[in-house]
Amino acid sequence: MTEYSVLIGGRAGEGLNRAGMVLCHLLQERGYHVYLYYDYPSLIRGGHNFSIIRASERPVFAHRDRVDFLLAMNQETVERHRGRLTEDGVLLYDDYAVHTEGGVGLPLERILKEVQAPEIARNTGIIAGFCCAAGIPMETLEQVLRREIPRGIEANLAVARGVYAVGNTLRQIPVIPGKRRHPILTGNEATGFGLLAAGLSSFIAYPMTPTSNLLHFLAAHADRYRLKVVHPENEIGVMLMALGAACGGERVAVGTSGGGFCLMTEGLSLAGMAEIPVVIVLGQRPGPSTGLPTYSCQTELHFAISAGQGEFPRLVVAPANPAQACRWSATALHLAWKYQVPAFVLVDKNMAEGAADFDPGGVPAVAPAGPVRWDGTGTYQRYADTGDGISPWLAPPSPGQTVKVNSYTHDERGISTEDPALTARLQEKLQRKGAALAAEVATMQTVLSTGPADARTVLLTWGSCTDPCIEVAGMRGLRVVQPVVLWPFPAEALRAALSGSGQVVAVEQNVTAQLARLATAEGIAVHGRILKYDGRPFSLEDLEERVREAVA
Amino acid sequence: MTGTTLVTDAQNTWCPGCGNFSIQHALRAVLLEMASEGLPLEQVVLVTGIGCHAKMADYLDVNSFYAIHGRVMPVATGIALANPDLTVICCAGDGDAYAEGLDHLIFAAKRNINLTVIIHNNRVYGLTTGQYTPTSPLGFRGRSTPKGTVEKAFNPLELVLASGGTHVARGYTRKQPMLKALIREAIRHRGFSFIDVLQICATYNDPHEAYDRLAYPLTGHNPGDFDAACRKIREWDYNREAPIALGTFYSVEEPSFEERFRLTPQSPAEREAAIRSHLEGN
Repeated sequence: MTEYSVLIGGRAGEGLNRAGMVLCHLLQERGYHVYLYYDYPSLIRGGHNFSIIRASERPVFAHRDRVDFLLAMNQETVERHRGRLTEDGVLLYDDYAVHTEGGVGLPLERILKEVQAPEIARNTGIIAGFCCAAGIPMETLEQVLRREIPRGIEANLAVARGVYAVGNTLRQIPVIPGKRRHPILTGNEATGFGLLAAGLSSFIAYPMTPTSNLLHFLAAHADRYRLKVVHPENEIGVMLMALGAACGGERVAVGTSGGGFCLMTEGLSLAGMAEIPVVIVLGQRPGPSTGLPTYSCQTELHFAISAGQGEFPRLVVAPANPAQACRWSATALHLAWKYQVPAFVLVDKNMAEGAADFDPGGVPAVAPAGPVRWDGTGTYQRYADTGDGISPWLAPPSPGQTVKVNSYTHDERGISTEDPALTARLQEKLQRKGAALAAEVATMQTVLSTGPADARTVLLTWGSCTDPCIEVAGMRGLRVVQPVVLWPFPAEALRAALSGSGQVVAVEQNVTAQLARLATAEGIAVHGRILKYDGRPFSLEDLEERVREAVA
Repeated sequence: MTGTTLVTDAQNTWCPGCGNFSIQHALRAVLLEMASEGLPLEQVVLVTGIGCHAKMADYLDVNSFYAIHGRVMPVATGIALANPDLTVICCAGDGDAYAEGLDHLIFAAKRNINLTVIIHNNRVYGLTTGQYTPTSPLGFRGRSTPKGTVEKAFNPLELVLASGGTHVARGYTRKQPMLKALIREAIRHRGFSFIDVLQICATYNDPHEAYDRLAYPLTGHNPGDFDAACRKIREWDYNREAPIALGTFYSVEEPSFEERFRLTPQSPAEREAAIRSHLEGN
C-alpha cells in the first residue's frame, strides 16, 4: 500500500491545525485518502502543537509514529520529532526559527519580508516547501490555497512562489489516479451532518473540548439549516433547556464532555422518567476531573450506560470514525425520538477532532420521521400505557387537550401518584419500552467484524481504537470485532461475532478495560487486554508491538 | 382541560391556610378571564419546580411540565424557544428559584425571554420540613439552623432588576385583587416578567401579621424609571422591618430572546438540498 506521513509542528496559536488541513487537501489532490491527527495542549498561545497527516491508497483513520516528511516551524519540533523520520525521510524547516544539522532550511524570513506577507503566511511557506520537495506542482497548491484559505490569498501565493523559486524535488509523492475529491471532515463535523440529516432543529451546548467544535460548526451554519443554536449558562441549563425544547416540538441534541455531562445527569434522569427524547454527544477526554482537556480516552462507557438516578432505557452508540459518526448520529436521533429516550453518541477527542476525507454518499437520506403521534381520538394522555410502552406524542398547543409532563412517578395522564400499583406499572412500562428499543436495535448491524472469519484470535475493541486495530490485524491475519452499539448491550450479536475464536484480546483506551468488563458480565470470555491511558491514540507501530506481545 | 374550572381531580394536599391556595386561585381566575377575552388555553404551558408550590402542575388543568428542583427557567426557556407563541408561566418556590436554580433565574432575566415567573416566596422550605431559604431573614431559626441563620437574606427584586429583567413586581397573597392584576399584567408583558409573591407557610413560617401591617400599594411610581425602581425595591431588604411596597416596580419593552429564534423548520427536501450543497463546498 502506497502511503506517506507528514508531520507539521510549531507553537500553539500559529494556525497549525489549518495548515494540517491544507496538507490533507494537497495530498487528496494527489489521489490519496487522508487522515489527520491533531495534537495540542490546553492553551491559546505557546506550547507545542503538531499534526500528523497520513495519506494512503486506502481509507485510514490511524497514524504512524514514523513520518516521511517533517515540517518544523520551530526548534522544539525538530528536537521532539526528528527521531520519527524514516531513513529517506525529508526534514524541512524555517531557517529563521530552527538551527540544525541536515535537512533543508527554507529562507522564510527573507521571503516574507520581500513580499511583505503577514506572519501567518509562514505556514504557507513551509507548505510550499513541502510541495516542492514532494513534487507537487505550484498549480495544485494554488488551487488548494484559493479554495481553502481565500483570505489574504495573494500574499500567500507570493510566499509560495518565493519558496518554489528556491526549492527542489527531494522525494516525489506519485499521483494515484482515480480518486474523487471529497470534503475533509472532522468527527465533530460528520456527527453534525448525521444529526442534520436526521432532522435536527436545535442544538444546545456549553463549550467543552472535545465537542466545542460541533457547537462552532452548527452555530456557523445555523442560518443554512434554519437551526436554533443556543449556548446557555451551564450544562445543567443545557440539558434542561433541551428537554423543554423537545417537549415544545424540537428535535434537539446537546454536546459535552465528561465534566459537563456530570452536570447533565439530573436532567438525563428527568428525560428517563418524563420520557423526553434528547441526543447527547459525549466526547471523552482523560479524567478524573479536569484531567487532560485536549487529549483522548475511552473512560465514559460505564458512566454513559449508568448515569442518572433510577432505572430507565437509553441508547449508547460509539462510532469509530467520521463515516460511522455520521451514520450512527442519525440513527441515534431517530431512535431517541421513536422511543422517547435519551440517546448517546459516545465519541472521543481522537475521533471528534481527527479528520479524514468523507464520502458524501455516507450521509443518510433525510426522511421525515418522528415519534408515534397521538391519533386525536378521545382524551390525550401523555403517558398512555401501550403494548410496547411507547406513549403517543403530542406537543402543545392542541385545542381541548392537556399535555402533562412529569418528573414524579405519575399516572397515564401525567398526574403525580404514590400509588404502589401505578408505581410498579410505570416502572414496567419503561422497561417494556427498553425491550422494544433493544429488539429494534438487534435488527441492526450492532457488531461489526473485519478480517478472516476463521481467525482464532480476535481483537475486541470500540470507538476510535477500531481503525488502528483493523490495520494491525490486517498485517497479522487477525479478526477485529467492534460493537458500535454499546447499550442496549448487543450480547447475542457479540457472541455470534466471536464464535469460533480461541483468544479474545480487548483493545481499549482506558485503564480498567470497560468494554471487556461489560462483555465478561455477559459471560463472554476476554483473554487479554491491551490498554492505553496516556491520552494519546495508539499509533500503528505502538499497537503492532502490543499485539505481538499479547498474541503469543 | 375542561375549559370551565381549570382544576383537575387530583387530590389537593396543601396544608389548610397555605398561601399556595391564593396563588392558585388568582392564576386560575386570570387564565379564565383571559380565555374569555380570546386567549386559547391550549397555548398556556405551566412549568413548576419541586416543592409545595409545584403541586400546581397537578392541580391546574393546563399543559404542564412538572420539572425538577431549581430548573424551572431552563425548561421554560426551551419551551418558549421551541414555540414563541406559547404563553409560558413559571411557578417556582423561593428555595427553588433563589437557591438551587439562582443561576438560571439570573440568566433568564438577562436574556429577557418571554416568561411569566411567579415566585411562591414563603421564605422557608416547606416540603423538606422547615429549613431557611435565601430570603429568610437574618437569624431565622430553621431545622438546619437551630441557633438562627448567620447570613442575611438577599433581595430577589434587586437581583432580577440588576440582571436585566424587564418587568419586576411584588405581590402578596392576602391582597387578592392586586395579585390577580399583577399576574395578568405580567402575562401580558412581552419579555421576562417576574413577580415575587409573599405568601405564608401555614406550618413553618407565618409572618402574615407583619406583612399585613407593613405592606402598602405602590402609587405615584413611574415603572419606566430604572433608578426609581431601584430605590423603591431597596426600601425593604427582606431582613429588617420596613414598609413593603406591593405593585409593579419596573416595566419596559425590550426585544425578547425567543423572537430571535422564530424559524420555520426546513422540510426534508430543503434539508437534503442544504446538506448536499454544503458538502459540495458551497
